[in-house]
Amino acid sequence: MNTLLWAAVPYVAIAILVVGTFWRYRYDKLGWTTRSSQLYESRLLRIGSPLFHFGILVVIIGHIIGLVIPESWTDAMGVSHDAYHIQALVLGAIAGFSTLAGVAILIYRRRTNGPVFMATTRNDKAMYVALVAAIITGLATTLIGAGIVADEHNYRETVSIWFRSLFTLNPDIDAMAEAPLSFQIHTLFGLLLIATIPFTRLVHMFSAPIGYLFRPYIVYRSRDARPDRPIYRNRDGVRTRQRAGRR
Amino acid sequence: MKVMAQVAMVMNLDKCIGCHTCSVTCKQAWTNRPGTEYVWFNNVETRPGQGYPRTYEDQERWRGGWERTKRGRLRLKGGGRVRRLLSIFSNPKLPSLQDYYEPWTYDYDNLINAPLGDQMPVAQPRSLISGDPMKVEWSANWDDNLAGGPQLAVDDPVLKKVSDQVKLEFEQTFMFYLPRICEHCLNPSCVASCPSGAMYKRSEDGIVLVDQDACRGWRMCVTGCPYKKVYFNHRTGKAEKCTLCYPRIEVGLPTVCSETCVGRLRYLGLILYDADKVLEAAAVEDEKDLYQAQLDVLLDPNDEEVVEAARREGIAEDWISAAQRSPIHRLIKEYRVALPLHPEYRTMPMVWYIPPLSPVVDQVRDTGHDAEEAGNLFGAIDALRIPIEYLAELFTAGDTAPVDAVLRKLAAMRSYMRDVNLGRETRPEIPAGVGMTEESMHAMYRLLAIAKYEDRYVIPTAYEEAGRQLEEMSCSLDYDGGPGMYINGSGPFGEASGQPVPVSVETFHALRHRQTTDTLAGPENKEQRVNLLNWDGQGRPAGLFPERQEDGDA
Ligand code: SF4
Ligand code: SF4
Repeated sequence: MNTLLWAAVPYVAIAILVVGTFWRYRYDKLGWTTRSSQLYESRLLRIGSPLFHFGILVVIIGHIIGLVIPESWTDAMGVSHDAYHIQALVLGAIAGFSTLAGVAILIYRRRTNGPVFMATTRNDKAMYVALVAAIITGLATTLIGAGIVADEHNYRETVSIWFRSLFTLNPDIDAMAEAPLSFQIHTLFGLLLIATIPFTRLVHMFSAPIGYLFRPYIVYRSRDARPDRPIYRNRDGVRTRQRAGRR
Repeated sequence: MKVMAQVAMVMNLDKCIGCHTCSVTCKQAWTNRPGTEYVWFNNVETRPGQGYPRTYEDQERWRGGWERTKRGRLRLKGGGRVRRLLSIFSNPKLPSLQDYYEPWTYDYDNLINAPLGDQMPVAQPRSLISGDPMKVEWSANWDDNLAGGPQLAVDDPVLKKVSDQVKLEFEQTFMFYLPRICEHCLNPSCVASCPSGAMYKRSEDGIVLVDQDACRGWRMCVTGCPYKKVYFNHRTGKAEKCTLCYPRIEVGLPTVCSETCVGRLRYLGLILYDADKVLEAAAVEDEKDLYQAQLDVLLDPNDEEVVEAARREGIAEDWISAAQRSPIHRLIKEYRVALPLHPEYRTMPMVWYIPPLSPVVDQVRDTGHDAEEAGNLFGAIDALRIPIEYLAELFTAGDTAPVDAVLRKLAAMRSYMRDVNLGRETRPEIPAGVGMTEESMHAMYRLLAIAKYEDRYVIPTAYEEAGRQLEEMSCSLDYDGGPGMYINGSGPFGEASGQPVPVSVETFHALRHRQTTDTLAGPENKEQRVNLLNWDGQGRPAGLFPERQEDGDA
């Protein structure tokens, strides 16, 4: 059972993520969008959406720090156990709660605003369930990990080790099996979410437009920019594709 | 010098009768799909009036276009790149559906199925967005013909710039129509605002398009365009805009709006411009210099040096010759009667307008004077400061001198040509008074008043050479940007996901084939539709009417 959960499932999830994303990119570029509903309603969206998105960005960064950086490193840097946990708790709780509040506002908006609700597909609804489950269990583990609700648990000695071991293709199943149930549940929901990203509107996270900061303002493209188009020649035999100019 | 070609348009506002035919045929061709109910790539607004979307010209509110920084550089008025990215989760300056209007249909079913009663059943308006009954309170041309009167017109941002006292007088004196499409700007702020880089300007003909495969629905372009000519398709979650009917232009046909224009007031042709100078021109300090700066960017296609440079850039010979015959070049640069719309947005728009003389003519006539006498008209131009200031706010960032000059030319043409038409002795001093020769006045008259089809539209068949290949390839432009025609339906990931059904570009032969076959939409086959994109204005477009049934039992 443990092997199945902590060795097979994660790899399957990652495989689905990679293959699924590739497949979607290949066959559904047209459907690859945020599917914004701002046109229908923007008052609630203005509050909920930034709250959720900025929250989840911090959450993701927090996950990376917590899972990727070994405890020994922070120890070596002189960050005490307690100090680490306090910052993780404070940051994690703030980010987690704003994410939750954001998603709550967004879901409320989806449910109560007629046009927005009509634009909600079944796919979206399923995605929301998975997302909210992951957020709530995540918040719970943050609080548990800090010893507020139940016994303190240092996930950096269990979950993190297992997480890193995944990438060496030698999953440390025992480490994960030792983690409390709450962490295990959160991990499973997380994996579920990861596996479904390619098939939901969540794909838009992969098109975060960082390139915007570096490209020239005005984009020029040739009409026959597609590589598989034939190259046209005009009367003088000049290849017209050369007309593709970029400022 | 880097010569680039641009397909540009000029509209002669004196001739627009406000019939909205252009809007309707454009909608029929491009935006009759779910998600674009509220979208009019071409709209006709009455001025003074609020426009569509409401008060879009108020850039302090909507923050479209460019602004000049103190250091003389251009920056998006909506904020720099970082600021754009930070507001990506909820665009603070996006017009709501109410600013456009909530599209509706009528519950026609009720007319047939209502139970028998004393009252006539009515077809209630129903929102196309929520499906609920709604009260119709606004639309894309709600203040058509000054409907709503001064109460609505006072919110016109352009009118607000003309002083208070002027307003009342103004509304009594004049009104005109302003048909608008995307300006296919030389310095498009929509393209600059797109975080995904999905929007682009085609390097061959300058048409600005949205790559539907690359658009991620960030909605920044909607804010970025000061003319509000990029629209968000709320069903597909992608931006769409006027394509200048590129599939038609590519085969030498004018756009649908031009083709169907009742007033025959639209001109299409090429201009050559110096791409290296665009930014500099768009950044001149004084807004009032922008008109002149933009004129200076346009190159003279008859200049040998320009022609040489154009050849070096690989611009085909037939394009160069089309640029030399271009009505656009003549109206903008030679006769100087066309002006850009809102040059102060600094996007270097490429749809220009000949301002209307009719308010002046009407005024002269209404006061019982001879409205074709140059002296009277000139006098009225001098006296009617208000309309002229208004026009100047629209076309020259408030500088009345160019508007004055254009109106004088139009007035001069009017009275000079009267003499010609009545067989009287012509008066060369009239054209001379506005800096023209008799010859050029005749030529301008021919272009503006006679306006033959082949004079109005000089569209290079430069794809001619490619055209021959296109024929064999049947449809090669499938995946170019711009809203394609998707089959209306839902993919697994929401509306219009999946693969696009390509926009097929018709070659001349394919076109002929289309015109002469008798397939296409009958009621049995609703998915297909009347395709005005291929209609050259002759005969009836296939599928507009149900097919005739041979044995007459219909
Ligand atoms: S008018 Fe057209 S090209 Fe110019 S900014 Fe707007 S959408 Fe872009
Ligand atoms: S079809 Fe022509 S005349 Fe009619 S509203 Fe449009 S531009 Fe004006």
